[in-house]
Amino acid sequence: MSEIVLEGVTKVFDDGYEAVKDMNLDIGDGEFMILVGPSGCGKSTALRMIAGLEDISSGELKIDGEEVNDRSPKDRDIAMVFQNYALYPHMTVRENMGFALKLAGIDKAEIDQKVEQAAKTLDLEAHLDRRPANLSGGQRQRVAMGRAIVRSPKAFLMDEPLSNLDAKLRVQMRTEVARIQSDLETTTIYVTHDQTEAMTLGDRVAVMRAGVLLQVATPADLYDEPRNLFVAGFIGSPAMNFMPGEITGGKLKLPLGEVDASQLPGGGDEGQVIVGLRPENIEDATIVGDDVKGQRGITFEAEIDLVESLGSDLYAYFHIESEGVQSDQLEDLMGESLSETGAGGLREGEERVVARLDPTSKVRRRERAQLWADTAKLHLFDPESGDRLS
Amino acid sequence: MKRDGKDITLWSIAITLVLIFALVPVLWLLSLSLKPPEQVADGRIIPETFSLDSYKSLFEGGFDESPFLHPLVNSIVIALITTVIAITLAAFTAYAIARLEFPGKRLILAGALAIAMFPPVSIVGPLFDMWRSFGIYDTYPGLIIPYLTFSLPLAIYVLTAFFREIPWDLEQAAQVDGATPYQAFTKVIMPLAAPGIFTAAILVFIFCWNDFVFAISLTSSNNSRTVPAALAFFTGESTFTEPTGSIAAAAILVTIPIIVLVLIFQRRIVSGLTAGAVKG
Repeated sequence: MSEIVLEGVTKVFDDGYEAVKDMNLDIGDGEFMILVGPSGCGKSTALRMIAGLEDISSGELKIDGEEVNDRSPKDRDIAMVFQNYALYPHMTVRENMGFALKLAGIDKAEIDQKVEQAAKTLDLEAHLDRRPANLSGGQRQRVAMGRAIVRSPKAFLMDEPLSNLDAKLRVQMRTEVARIQSDLETTTIYVTHDQTEAMTLGDRVAVMRAGVLLQVATPADLYDEPRNLFVAGFIGSPAMNFMPGEITGGKLKLPLGEVDASQLPGGGDEGQVIVGLRPENIEDATIVGDDVKGQRGITFEAEIDLVESLGSDLYAYFHIESEGVQSDQLEDLMGESLSETGAGGLREGEERVVARLDPTSKVRRRERAQLWADTAKLHLFDPESGDRLS
Repeated sequence: MKRDGKDITLWSIAITLVLIFALVPVLWLLSLSLKPPEQVADGRIIPETFSLDSYKSLFEGGFDESPFLHPLVNSIVIALITTVIAITLAAFTAYAIARLEFPGKRLILAGALAIAMFPPVSIVGPLFDMWRSFGIYDTYPGLIIPYLTFSLPLAIYVLTAFFREIPWDLEQAAQVDGATPYQAFTKVIMPLAAPGIFTAAILVFIFCWNDFVFAISLTSSNNSRTVPAALAFFTGESTFTEPTGSIAAAAILVTIPIIVLVLIFQRRIVSGLTAGAVKG
């Protein structure tokens, strides 16, 4: 139970590479904080600095109000779950889980009792005397969790703990992690590159890019009001659609059509903007009621390139005439968005757009369809800085 | 199934050939050691009459008078002390080399390799002079020091390969679990490196046990002479008899501890010799 505060924490490696830049983060007692970002963004380094496995180059790290910069990991009273679990192969599950307590000099009866209790929580009772090598991936993951929770530490640090599990098990363990954390109410910092994990688990989510902390907010705020292009593009699946826009004479000109600036969230100054539109804010125009269409939005026609029906949702991919948007923040995301939206196969001057339509929609591949974009949900960004306007 | 049978036959023949090649000298020694002195030169593999006289002669006269007992004790003590010191030092060195980046790391490894390549014969002469002026000629340290010189590189190499195989995360997990670096080393790293440590220990032990060059040159009495050197000083029952029988008996006896050691740790050594080679 404790509060973790990072003040201007910076990590510069020996080769001069700045992995974490002036990070300020305030993690409240019992809070579940997620550090998320693409690989190489410094999130793991930040976690390892909190654990004490990496030196802090400058800045201050406080746990429970005390500065712990120079304390070794063992004196910080934190538990860590590693990506590869790092179970001790020569010890049984019981010994693995009790190792920290044994080092702390706690007597055997108490260790046994605590281990049994943790094993019960994690459904590991039948496996206590087995060795890690004989356990399945999910069981190993639970032992790694168990090793952390028996200690009742001040904080849990988790470094991509679910990334080695298969998809189904990952979802299962995700709810498990959430349950354990809310039961124990222990401050938790959880590192992941998976935005779904970040959105579903965290009380608050901290998005990092290239060593810089971009935004810290609740999942809902992050989704509804991303502070810049990177956060907007990173959070959400399928990713937000981006297109260039221009505000002139009280109107926003988009490749989809024109919108009266009065409809825009927060209005807008004259000039070039980058417009973001989430897939679920585009709908089949035949499904949207006329009264809604009369109030706001753009109705436009597009040829559907591909339709993916998931039962509960229907993803329609189409392209628009657009030069695309240029931003280094978005380029970082390109690798992911390419595979997600299938941006390949486009001609020069075309941009792929994804829409998440109602499953009852009748749109077909290679047919033209009437679509409607909800302009009240547009996100406007400055094309220079990538920052959110409004 | 037919092919399997054929394979097994071929393999059996090949293995038998290798075994014969390796074991005939040992059998010959055994046969010599069991013959009475007058039959030693009869050229028979199976002795006409069995006698344990050669063995008895090794132990005659007790600890002080026997040509074999004192050297045997010397061999055991010197090999054990060398092994313990070499493994302790090599474990720390190898750990540092595997885990830490420090200036001179390559130099240490290259130096160790160079020393391992160095022919022992070439330093025996200078050592003989130096040891006499230092006053450690014909003492235990006089042998232990050069043995360490040549066994440390070997041990460092074997152990470095092992420590590199152990995921660093394990040690960090131990640190986060509240272990001091020393505890992390002894409770997590050492147990995992056990096969490597046994392998290195046995290699060092065998090296010391087998050495002849240093033992014959740097000793002058049974106070510190080890068995391989002592064999050369065996005498026959009279001036005119060759000590062949007792040399053979002693050779058989000194082989036994090695065989026992290897059998006990066989599985560990096998996993040890392969662990460094194949990346898990």
